[in-house]
Amino acid sequence: MTVQIWTYLFVGLTFALYLGIAWWSRVRDTQGFYVAGRGVPAAANGMATAADWMSAASFISMAGLISTMGYAGGVYLMGWTGGFVLLSLLLAPYLRKFGHFTVPDFVGDRYDSKVARIIAVMSALFVSFTYVAGQMRGVGVVFSRFLEVDVTVGVVIGMMIVFIYATLGGMKGITWTQVAQYWVLITAFMIPAIAISIKLTGTIMPQAGLGSELVGESVSLLSKLDGIQKEFGFGPYTEPFVGKWDKMNVFLVTLALMVGTAGLPHVIVRFYTVKTPKSARWSGFWALFFIAGLYLTAPAVAGFARYYMLESLNGTTQEQLPDWFHNWEKTGLILWYDDGDGQLRYSAGEDNEIFRAGGIGSAELSHLSRDHQLWLDSKGLDGRDARALLSARGLSGPDRDIIVLATPEMAELSNWIIAFVAAGGLAAALSTASGLLLVISSSVAHDLYYKVLNPRASEQKRLLVGRATIGVAVIVAGLFGIYPPAFVGQVVAFAFGLAAASFFPAIVLGIFWKRVGMFPAIAGMLSGIGLTAFYIIGTVFFGMEKWTLGLTAQGIDPQGIGAIGMFLNFAVTMILTPLFPAPEKRIQSLVDKVREPEGWSPPVDIEAGPEH
Amino acid sequence: MSKDITTPDTPDRESIEGTILRSYWRNNLQLMGILLLVWASVGLGCGVVWADYLNQWELPGTGYPLGFWFAQQGSILIFVLLILIYAILMNRLDKRHHEERDTLLPKREQGEESYTGEGI
Repeated sequence: MTVQIWTYLFVGLTFALYLGIAWWSRVRDTQGFYVAGRGVPAAANGMATAADWMSAASFISMAGLISTMGYAGGVYLMGWTGGFVLLSLLLAPYLRKFGHFTVPDFVGDRYDSKVARIIAVMSALFVSFTYVAGQMRGVGVVFSRFLEVDVTVGVVIGMMIVFIYATLGGMKGITWTQVAQYWVLITAFMIPAIAISIKLTGTIMPQAGLGSELVGESVSLLSKLDGIQKEFGFGPYTEPFVGKWDKMNVFLVTLALMVGTAGLPHVIVRFYTVKTPKSARWSGFWALFFIAGLYLTAPAVAGFARYYMLESLNGTTQEQLPDWFHNWEKTGLILWYDDGDGQLRYSAGEDNEIFRAGGIGSAELSHLSRDHQLWLDSKGLDGRDARALLSARGLSGPDRDIIVLATPEMAELSNWIIAFVAAGGLAAALSTASGLLLVISSSVAHDLYYKVLNPRASEQKRLLVGRATIGVAVIVAGLFGIYPPAFVGQVVAFAFGLAAASFFPAIVLGIFWKRVGMFPAIAGMLSGIGLTAFYIIGTVFFGMEKWTLGLTAQGIDPQGIGAIGMFLNFAVTMILTPLFPAPEKRIQSLVDKVREPEGWSPPVDIEAGPEH
Repeated sequence: MSKDITTPDTPDRESIEGTILRSYWRNNLQLMGILLLVWASVGLGCGVVWADYLNQWELPGTGYPLGFWFAQQGSILIFVLLILIYAILMNRLDKRHHEERDTLLPKREQGEESYTGEGI
């Protein structure tokens, strides 16, 4: 059977599985065996959280990023898992005891201010939107390769599936569906990783394999990889601070990612759905435990794929090219434009011949290929050199998204495993996208529409607003997926930076310093957001000179500015606090309450909360 | 704590609760501080600030340069461990303070069961 048929089969089967479990859980529910939250072991709940957390970006893009960045790729690993630690120690236990259900709710009530609430809602919406857009692109890439359709068609199929999935509603709340999704995505990730680890190093565990010697050679994979990287003009793979970031920038980007992750609204919400305090802490542990399963494997896949790609592609001719290359060439994610010697060369220099299509459409691309052939045939007298053109547009090297998706093909695994990886990528994208869409819809319907615009809105009207919001969000996200703006990476950095500079200080100070009142908090948030937005927009879109602030001669990378914005937010709030009145008694006793041990006062009724 | 304040008719219920809560909060902050210190020194310290220095050694028995290993493997392993320790110690801390309240103060009238950590 072909990969395509297997893909239809697996995607169909896994969907039937998710729906089947949802249906089964519901039946059990009505029979009273399965009362929400109770009877679900903490480990299962942690698995569900992990599925929610691990997005298409973690599944598809992260290993690819590490693969091209080497050591510096670790910022994503440390940033996203380190943020989870901050979240579980500093925020989650208190927000849970507070008993409200969204971050804007906490900010609005703690600082007793509509303005603060609106600032928080806007930030939450922006962060969630950029995140969903990334998911849609991931779904499009998976479909385009495995169903052999255009990326655009792939995104449209994905939009429809996500929309149906999110409006089915109930499925999100059903822990067991997400447990199934976790298993699908982790198995799909592990099998190719194990296979390629055995192929290259003879070790079953990929994490050990990355630190082992190559099969039949007495040199370790990493040190050989360092050598090859140098040979082709890339920085050594394991050497820190050789890429585009120096030490200060790596530090700032890591910190911004950590703090930004802790402030991501769709992740915080997950902690509310656990009902007993003890199991809340345990499922927090299990969640990171299961997340680590993927995050510890990703760097191994990254290293293996990097080694394999440089080693197997360089110097080959058109006839010798491996099958996976031809398969992926069709999607435009990897392209080869020869310089005329008939041998492929993938390097960091001028002589590089490997590119990606990026946002270039298929018509323009085939035109370019014709021109390039003409250029080759006429020995530079006619046509155009596609290499110069693409490298000028910043499209050197393969698209990082193919690393994970092509690994099973690189390891020469059977067709059904290749198709299974597609199902895994979809599971990752769907579980996160539907969670995010629910956050977006509750932000608009509850925090903005009900709490600010129309406090007398009926339940029905709020539901309608929520549904409509999901529809609009899917379409906007889909458009971003179809026409990925060249600055998509910066926009995602903006999302993390904004979460870091806005929510995090406001929530932390709100819990740990009773004295902080409304005005200092708002001033802090606005200055944090203002600085972050100004710097990113200025440097990315208007060519503003990067600031050094006496920290780094290289200038601060826009991805790291969120960390500075966070410090500014803290500083402004803390300096202004003594100058303004303390919050009233009611608010202070609210803060006292979240500091109590779990179960000290009669618990808040979680079921009474809106939309959760 | 002296014995006499445990009698039911003492007006000091509030202040006893206050003392327990203050000690709970102090312990909580202490534990959090220590764990966050480890978090920062492993993630931002070994993984970033000292990474180039640590890279001169390899993780014993493997081919991983040490700084690289911290950035891509070690920090994640230690983060998981930190949350495990937090869960164990915080559950214990909760239990201890609930027991303290139960021995120092009589149960309140309605529906205040002793804390088991299980369902609400």
